[in-house]
Amino acid sequence: MRPLAPATARGRTRGPVLLAGLALALVAVVLLACATGAYSVPPLQVLSSVLHRVGVDVGTMPDPTGETVLWEIRFPRVVLGALVGASLACAGALMQGVFGNPLAEPGVIGVSSGAALGAVAAIALGVSGFGGWTVTGAAFLGGLVTTLGVYAFSRSSGRAEVVTLVLTGIAVNAVTGAAIGLLTFFADDAELRSITFWNLGSIGSATWPAVWAVAPVAALGLLAAPRFARRLDLLALGDHPARHLGVDVERLRLVLIVVVALLTSAAVAVAGIISFVGLVVPHAVRMVAGPGHRLLVPASALAGAAVLIAGDLAARTIAAPAEVPLGSLTALVGGPFFFWLLHRTRARQGGWA
Amino acid sequence: MRGLLGRLSPQPDEPQRPAAGQVAAAARGVGVRLGARAVLADVTLDVRSGEVLALVGPNGAGKSTLLGVLSGDREPDVGDVELLGRPVADWSVAQLSRRRAVLPQQVALAFPFTVSEVVRMGRRPWAGTDAEDDDERVLAEAMAQTDVEQLAGRGFLSLSGGERGRVALARVLAQQTPLLLLDEPTAALDLHHVELVLQVARERASRGDAVVIVLHDLVTAAAHADRVAVLADGRVAACGPPAQVFTAELLTRVYSHPVEVLPHPRTGAPLVLPVR
Repeated sequence: MRPLAPATARGRTRGPVLLAGLALALVAVVLLACATGAYSVPPLQVLSSVLHRVGVDVGTMPDPTGETVLWEIRFPRVVLGALVGASLACAGALMQGVFGNPLAEPGVIGVSSGAALGAVAAIALGVSGFGGWTVTGAAFLGGLVTTLGVYAFSRSSGRAEVVTLVLTGIAVNAVTGAAIGLLTFFADDAELRSITFWNLGSIGSATWPAVWAVAPVAALGLLAAPRFARRLDLLALGDHPARHLGVDVERLRLVLIVVVALLTSAAVAVAGIISFVGLVVPHAVRMVAGPGHRLLVPASALAGAAVLIAGDLAARTIAAPAEVPLGSLTALVGGPFFFWLLHRTRARQGGWA
Repeated sequence: MRGLLGRLSPQPDEPQRPAAGQVAAAARGVGVRLGARAVLADVTLDVRSGEVLALVGPNGAGKSTLLGVLSGDREPDVGDVELLGRPVADWSVAQLSRRRAVLPQQVALAFPFTVSEVVRMGRRPWAGTDAEDDDERVLAEAMAQTDVEQLAGRGFLSLSGGERGRVALARVLAQQTPLLLLDEPTAALDLHHVELVLQVARERASRGDAVVIVLHDLVTAAAHADRVAVLADGRVAACGPPAQVFTAELLTRVYSHPVEVLPHPRTGAPLVLPVR
């Protein structure tokens, strides 16, 4: 009994401490990202400007130009970054739980490109049935179909093997890449510009309407996700053992696939393909907090938001005044990390069985 | 919708424990086909409360399939399966999780949970019920019974095969169900831990639970089981007390290998040995 007690006691305090720390980090990154740019505004003035809008007047307000820059350019961009980062990291954490494989990630297995294909198809074919929601809806449809396809194809007896998963991702990315290429070939100039944007991945075109188009979808997914945490823990034992412990496995999976598609497509619809956030963030959180999903899911969402805002800050400052595509930047960091993860998995398991 | 959103209001659900000697689970005329092959054919078997029933037989005889049928994982093509007096398919997944626990042959874990976290998963079916108050006591007991207390803080994935098996058994014991279905719990265990596991099975039976245990070692089965069921080619070749069932003639036929059976010089329990 003695070894059991400290482990659980530590687990109980560690959760709130980690979440509070991540929340603080997120606030700090948000202030920094809002303050930095071609027109710099001191972080304290950023805080004053926000507080002023909610009716609290403290500190020095930014000058009118600063005020405009903050509210028209930086704030929508940072809010969008937070939504996209939280959605991608949360989708990654859920997907890894559903597939029973820490290497599953919306970008790696092709769900992001499926969602991008949906969005690109809507643009190139001129579909506009649902106004501002059309592209988001098309991305969702593309993401959902791809997730279901990958799921059906790569799982056997409750787990997806690494090889099958990665190869499925290659196949899906090849097909969607070809389809996007074809659509690009037939697109006119205006469409071409929109399409190129999906493939690079960026939140540079952030506006408040874009934020409002995505916020409800992302919020729905993010609020639903923690409800599945306990059952995802049990799913780590495999399909049958989870069922023996009272989890309706098939239904849980289908619902979670819809949630993952919702989160991924929300992110892709506004930001294009930003890969590896869903892989790196949950993995780093797992190393600190352990694999329990009750902490992993919310902590990944918070960390993902902070990481994406920081990444976007880097993307627009390292080569200022030019902007590096955010998607390239995350892939540059995430790619080697994926290599390392593959290597470690192989070393630990002694093979791909 | 309530199921989708999780356990917002778990229903009180206290399984009735049947009196000792009553039927806890039963297969009647069960047949399972896999393609053209009959994996189980006309299997009729009672599992009674308060007894340890060992399932033995050659590889591919259908032992695991029968366990899967009894647990409700696999619906038989013909025949009926009852659990605590009701067709097994009539229980919900959640109700089943408070009535039968299953130790799988292969123990897997996708993420590096610690041993105590894995064992605690066995208490999940009781979350939100009165039995939840017993969690700590039950967990400590299950870990003591399987001799895994000193592993509590270790990562499950860092354990050896035998240690994993005992941790998985602790999780199954912690589920506190009146029916236990154990698929080869002694595989990969050393001599001491084989005896330990069988003693745990006996102890649960003496408290009134029904224990079905798949074993390969016939001597172990003979020493600890109240009854043994010998499966061969998907059929029950014999079922009864070990001393009656384990005859050289039957075992020689079932295993297609000459077998001799001697009484243990001290206890008289049958010692089953291949003729060498």
